[in-house]
Amino acid sequence: MSQPKTLFAKLWDAHVVRSLGEDLDLLHVDRLMLHDLSGARAMAELAERGLKVRNPELCLATPDHSISSEPGRALASSEYGERLGGGLRDMAEATGVRHFGLEHPNQGIVHVVGPETGFTLPGCVLVCGDSHTSTHGAMGAMAFGIGSSELVHVMATQTIRQRRPKAMRITIDGELGPGVEAKDVILHIIGHLGVAAGTGHAVEYAGSTIANMSMEGRLTICNLSIEFGARMGMVAADETTYDYLRDTALAPKEAAWDEALAYWRTLVSDEGAVFDREVNIDASEIAPQITWGTSPGLTLAVTDNIPTPESFAEAELQQNAVNALEYMGLNAGDAIAGTKVDRVFIGSCTNSRLSDLRRAAAVAKGRRVANRVTAWVVPGSVPIKTAAEAEGLHEIFLAAGFEWREPGCAQCVASNGEVIAPGERCVSTSNRNFVGRQGPGARTHLAGPAMAAAAAVTGEITDLRNLAPLEEEA
Amino acid sequence: MEKLQQLQGVAAPLPRANIDTDTITPMAYLNNASRQNMHEHTFEPLRFLADGSENPDFILNKPGYRDATILIAGRNFGCGSSRETAVWGIRGLGIRCVIAESFGDIFFNNCFQNSVLPIRLPAETVAELMAEAGDDQGSTQFQVDVASRTLTTPSGRIVTFDLPPDRQAALLEGLDEVEQTLKDDADTTAFQDKDHAARPWIYDLGNIE
Ligand code: SF4
Repeated sequence: MSQPKTLFAKLWDAHVVRSLGEDLDLLHVDRLMLHDLSGARAMAELAERGLKVRNPELCLATPDHSISSEPGRALASSEYGERLGGGLRDMAEATGVRHFGLEHPNQGIVHVVGPETGFTLPGCVLVCGDSHTSTHGAMGAMAFGIGSSELVHVMATQTIRQRRPKAMRITIDGELGPGVEAKDVILHIIGHLGVAAGTGHAVEYAGSTIANMSMEGRLTICNLSIEFGARMGMVAADETTYDYLRDTALAPKEAAWDEALAYWRTLVSDEGAVFDREVNIDASEIAPQITWGTSPGLTLAVTDNIPTPESFAEAELQQNAVNALEYMGLNAGDAIAGTKVDRVFIGSCTNSRLSDLRRAAAVAKGRRVANRVTAWVVPGSVPIKTAAEAEGLHEIFLAAGFEWREPGCAQCVASNGEVIAPGERCVSTSNRNFVGRQGPGARTHLAGPAMAAAAAVTGEITDLRNLAPLEEEA
Repeated sequence: MEKLQQLQGVAAPLPRANIDTDTITPMAYLNNASRQNMHEHTFEPLRFLADGSENPDFILNKPGYRDATILIAGRNFGCGSSRETAVWGIRGLGIRCVIAESFGDIFFNNCFQNSVLPIRLPAETVAELMAEAGDDQGSTQFQVDVASRTLTTPSGRIVTFDLPPDRQAALLEGLDEVEQTLKDDADTTAFQDKDHAARPWIYDLGNIE
């Protein structure tokens, strides 16, 4: 009997083209995703060096970062859309890489498009010049972000040199309380472990909470893996994964599907497999989260008070807290609930999928966005936008005073010019609250879509569980 | 890639944890970024005040440290976004070596792609080095030697650091990874041929409009 192996070890070992030394391997890359910011640049660099895309059929490009999310947008609607989005399109055409441009029915944020088209498959190694590539691991894949030089390497060779990370398992068991969703689970974990706990590790999420979670919830969890330093987050594929994948355009069909399925079922951590680190989380202890500081680990339950710098153990972290409070314009000791907000952003590769929009719409329905608040809903892809419109979600949002926009990264990173003004406070369903992330001086509070919608309709950070029930419709 | 064999210069202490790559190179400038100009906005939120003037408290603005070639930073340096512009920016400021207790993994790898040496050292050592680099007001020089994997401080202290043999060779000889890998491209072809038979669905994708 061979040694029990982790899911991570199985995925890694299956992709070794050649060993390059102790712990260093040349891995085959099954899937490469390219976006307009890092992708367009790397493709240009590849061309400048006179190199070819080795396996264009294993690549997929779509613009998301630089394009406008304005209704009726074109590439030229944003300052750099034409240059970067157009650059990506031209390079894709020249190299034969599959490209979902602005007019394509599958355009969207790379980390939404991969899973929903079946480009991302269980057991595959997928890379992209983007740290949130960890998202795709939710499909039972080994997926991680790389820099633009590495991107050139992957395009030219279809391989990547990698040092084997350590394996970590986070087991989450139990039932989530009312109003608690995947975003709260992962923010709670990051707050609990600290923003560097996953550095050098590939993380597998397991336990009953994950087993019972939807595919979209798992994508949200894996998305934020990088926010505690883990380049890879993964969940073993199961029936939930297969149901999500079965009818997608790029997934195998018929006999090939059956063959793939038989293989995918072997991709689980064996009983007794040893992890370098194990963490256990009790799901029943997790409350709806909202971040207060300038890194995702500075999070708290919406019922809590903003911590004092002295409550942090070390001088370096105390200073960080002082800086964060100053930047965020908050007072230590105050309740976080009741903090007035100016903007709400529902979108990003973290929380822009159909179920996210449904949860936000359930809060928005029959209510109005508070007077002083500008609130945006940006679906993650064209298929999501279409599906949401088919069930009338856009009408709910529009009636409540939200803007209903076109798919892309939008205010998550503001690289398309859609910024939050200096000093403005935004509740955002994205994944980063770094200084200046949503624009210079912008103050970002991360939360799940229902909490974000609750902030929009009350004009302040609100425990969504306390929203007064609406009168029953006649 | 350019070689990096030895380095001599001032070390600047930046004792702040979790400096993310959004802070190192803010998104607002990425669209127009090039290797040549990225440093103009590097560390902008720390380096400049709201009115655009230099923040006199930021270490790289202080006399003595403006030409630093070594940065000694707080833990988890370069966490966050994968943007390689963060390394371009740092290198554009003249820095070729960053020392910290820990780094964001992607940033760490990106350094090696740009002939910048990231050195991980225990927290205590980092604190001592910061103290030494701070005490001299930038008047004395540190030395880094890649071949012997050593750092020598102005006081003569010698600190050895880890550096995997492949990374060391790449820095010393200025090797290009793409060229190296392409030399053995037949291995990749062999892998794909075998893998195609085992996992045809990876290679034969369905069609989409
Ligand atoms: S939505 Fe935000 S985090 Fe996701 S890929 Fe776009 S910019 Fe990056």
